Amino acid sequence: MIELLMFSLLIGIFVGFSAGYLGSIMVLEKMALVGDALSHVALPGLALGILFNFNPFIGAFAFLFGSAVIIWHLGRVTKLPFETLVGALFTLALAVGILIIPAPDLLEALFGDITKVNLLDTIVAVTLSITAMFLTRIIYKKIVLGMISEELAVSHGISIARINLLYLLLVSFIVAIGIRIVGTLLVGFLVLVPAATAKIASSNLSRYAILSSIFGAISSFLGVLLSSYSNLHPGPLVVLSGFTIFLTVMLAKSFSKVSAF
Amino acid sequence: MQIPNYMLNVSNLSVKLQNQTILDNINFNLEKGKTLAIVGPNGAGKSVLFRALLNLVPHSGRIQWGDKVKIGYVPQLLSVRDIPISVKEFLSFKSSANIVESLSSVGLDSKSISNQSLSVLSGGQLRRVLIAWAIIDKPNVLLFDEPTTGVDLDSEEAIYVMLRRLTKENEITLLLISHDMHIIRDYSDYMLALNKCMVFFGESKEVMNPSLQRMIYGEPVCIENINEYDRRFS
Repeated sequence: MIELLMFSLLIGIFVGFSAGYLGSIMVLEKMALVGDALSHVALPGLALGILFNFNPFIGAFAFLFGSAVIIWHLGRVTKLPFETLVGALFTLALAVGILIIPAPDLLEALFGDITKVNLLDTIVAVTLSITAMFLTRIIYKKIVLGMISEELAVSHGISIARINLLYLLLVSFIVAIGIRIVGTLLVGFLVLVPAATAKIASSNLSRYAILSSIFGAISSFLGVLLSSYSNLHPGPLVVLSGFTIFLTVMLAKSFSKVSAF
Repeated sequence: MQIPNYMLNVSNLSVKLQNQTILDNINFNLEKGKTLAIVGPNGAGKSVLFRALLNLVPHSGRIQWGDKVKIGYVPQLLSVRDIPISVKEFLSFKSSANIVESLSSVGLDSKSISNQSLSVLSGGQLRRVLIAWAIIDKPNVLLFDEPTTGVDLDSEEAIYVMLRRLTKENEITLLLISHDMHIIRDYSDYMLALNKCMVFFGESKEVMNPSLQRMIYGEPVCIENINEYDRRFS
């Protein structure tokens, strides 16, 4: 039992940390809701896994990666913003997913369940989180420079199209592993709230990125821990923990004239 | 073939975007260490010329830079308002080696400004930081798209004085886009007037000539090469 809790906590910390880190870019790009919308694209993948008896998260990964590539390609061809394209795809995926997913498994797919993990799941989630953090670190400055000025980034030798593809793939990567903790409905939280909390407490980029990661890790840790004591679903508890941190930081900021602490 | 002592030769340069001609048959040369002001009404293709010079847009014709060219570029528009990034972090994107030196050469005290967020800087400070960005890796060519956008008049003059000092000290060839006739006259050697095509290329003092101003901002009269204006108006 303790072993199971340790696995869940470990996954929570690593996935929360990496989601917070990548989410800090998404909030700056005003793409935080893209992560949320993209998460619903995973639903048909989860459903296929459940129906045909293979690991549902492999199905989720495949659908997320596939849709990220499609969105990236459509973005280049149509020049429409990513959020518009994701918005167009996600409702379709949600509808298909809910139609084909067996009813008893729907709740787990929508809200996740980290309490049923084993050692292999833990190793996979931690490895994927570290890989996502490493890749995010490589593109972080390039993406921020592109946000400040696309021309400046291109004149600096940065390929915006290539970076955008890697970025979308990373978002789907994080969403796929985040689904395990909080499910498809709440995974948007993992990339949005920790970064929003960090943004109101930061005046420079490195502090912002670190705080966002730490808030993500603490939210997941607290949510999973509270779940083990209360027997409530971990997903909503992770979200509530994150919002408590958000409110605390916001109040501290309101009472303090200092912009960073 | 490269003409000796020239940093840039442009011949028959044309740019078409989405089947619309943005620039048509542009021809000019620029010597090393000189300053060229690019002038023209909105939509004349000034920024597109910069993008073509940087090879950021598809174009036809020939753009030939001098040997060992290293270009520093500062665009007109930046989105820094929502990004919590300090001056030091921004400059370190390009080089973390010469931050103090480049800030001091644009008249900023690195101790007081390094940790400030870009979003809280005044227009003049932000422009100076951008110039520091452009010169931090010691380029020999600078491209500035309206260097004093969002800057008050006093700071504007100070920025041009500083740019002139920097270009003279480091033998930098400077290309800048500006709408200010006095700035063009006082701080550049040559001017290139555009209105999709080339309207004028010559010494900057000509900018105060009323008939030339009418040509630039009125109905365009295009010339094919840099000597044609002299033939027509002298």
